[in-house]
Amino acid sequence: MTTDENSHNNEGLIHFDNVSKIYLEDAVAVKDVTFTINPAEFISLVGHSGAGKTTLLKLLLAEEAPSSGNVLFESTPVHTLDGHERTKLRRRIGMVFQDFRLLSHKTAYENIAFAMEVSGRGDSEIEADVPYVLDLVGMLDKMWHFPAELSGGEKQRLAIARAIVNQPDVVIADEPTGNLDPVNTFDVIQILKKINSLGTTVILSTHNKGVVDILEDRVVTLEDGRLIRDDDKGSYIL
Amino acid sequence: MSFFQKTQRVVRAGFTSFWRNKFVTAAAILILTVTLFVMGSLLFLGSMLDTSLEQIESKVDVNVYFTTAAPESEILTIKSALEARSDVAAVEYISQEQALSNFRSQNRADDLIVQALEELEENPLGAHFNVQANDAENYEAIVSYLESDAPVVAGSQDIIENINYQQNKQAIDRLTNIINSIDTFSFLIMIVFAVIAAMIVFNTIRLAIFASRDEISVMELMGASRGYVRGPFVIEGIMYGIVSALLTLLLFYPISLWGAEFTKNFFGSAGSFNYFVNNFGELFVILMVTGIALGGISSYIAVRKYLDI
Repeated sequence: MTTDENSHNNEGLIHFDNVSKIYLEDAVAVKDVTFTINPAEFISLVGHSGAGKTTLLKLLLAEEAPSSGNVLFESTPVHTLDGHERTKLRRRIGMVFQDFRLLSHKTAYENIAFAMEVSGRGDSEIEADVPYVLDLVGMLDKMWHFPAELSGGEKQRLAIARAIVNQPDVVIADEPTGNLDPVNTFDVIQILKKINSLGTTVILSTHNKGVVDILEDRVVTLEDGRLIRDDDKGSYIL
Repeated sequence: MSFFQKTQRVVRAGFTSFWRNKFVTAAAILILTVTLFVMGSLLFLGSMLDTSLEQIESKVDVNVYFTTAAPESEILTIKSALEARSDVAAVEYISQEQALSNFRSQNRADDLIVQALEELEENPLGAHFNVQANDAENYEAIVSYLESDAPVVAGSQDIIENINYQQNKQAIDRLTNIINSIDTFSFLIMIVFAVIAAMIVFNTIRLAIFASRDEISVMELMGASRGYVRGPFVIEGIMYGIVSALLTLLLFYPISLWGAEFTKNFFGSAGSFNYFVNNFGELFVILMVTGIALGGISSYIAVRKYLDI
């Protein structure tokens, strides 16, 4: 699919509709970006630092409102959601960050349980699902460890487990391999691929060329806040 | 999720965080304990100062002297009228006979006076009242009442020989001014200390929560409602307050015991330990409510700042 074809399809799960985000007059983070993300897609959002990748993700999570245009999630502009609806939207999106952002005073079990608690899941469900998802990312033996007791790779796997435990529609991974060595990078990408193969949409924001090239999936390339390429089976070209 | 289950989880998270953030917990409790101790000490001092001032005030009275011809029934009517006033604390009636007896006993060593009294055929002394007001400021109104034409005391001017208010007025006014100044000053000091203490506590808790600002934003991005994010912090703040109040009460026990003799002599009151024991319930409630309010409200406000995403 070419850039044009993607741009005009707003039937997808997520649609960025001519979105701009301008912080100050001369600080344009995102400019006139339009593209659609379909259900169960694996999409890599690539670009140099400051290209606008993180801003797009913040707009999708309604952390910030666009200066113009709309970010639609299932045809609803996310920035118009009230506090309660925004909370519900975020429960449908799992987040994985470069710096893990685990809750430091909670154990691995409690970090994942917290994600389930905020979604209103019952105690018995939590007791059953947390070990299951920890096992899925190979962290069952670290269940009662605190984040400070885990390696970088383990922290990221725990963060992924936390992101997927509620079976979200979308997993957003913002530079998830930025702090990892090649072995852990490979592991994390494999886990994300596995999640995608089970039907979850994955949005991977990265500037790791190696990762993008081995994925052989859709690649959206940003430069200076503008979308410059949208390739079905793309590679990192910058 | 039911409200009960949500509350249970929030409380459990608050307790866990209180227990696991040992350094932050210790710092917050230390500051809050010092704050409550200062506030409690001000309460102690204020109360003992009040007792001292009340004692000084109770030593002031106004004497109303009646003529020797004044009928006792009229004097007693005036006494009842005075006692009915809300600004009068007590009226002591000294009859003519009692006045003479008191005078004799006071001067029994003075032969000249004793002999002079024996030569007199009639009691030369009139009855009188010692009138005590609830407040030193009320004496002027009481005296005006006695000198007025109010029906119940009508004609009292004819049987009242003298009221020593004017002689005492200067001293009473001065004492009233001193008492009012001390009251105002101690109240202002208490307010200033309370505000400073509250600001210190607020800033300590704000710093503690500042350290968790990233976690707060992650919780929100995970879809936690504001109440669910804020709740454990507020519970933690309340826990700081409860533990600090208990520690403050524990501290007051030996300190009030140690200062008992000094405060008894200095303030002329029952002493700090007796005050502590007699007012333990009141102190407990005041410190507990203040601690919980300071901890809980400070946490609530501090978290709110980071709940904007």
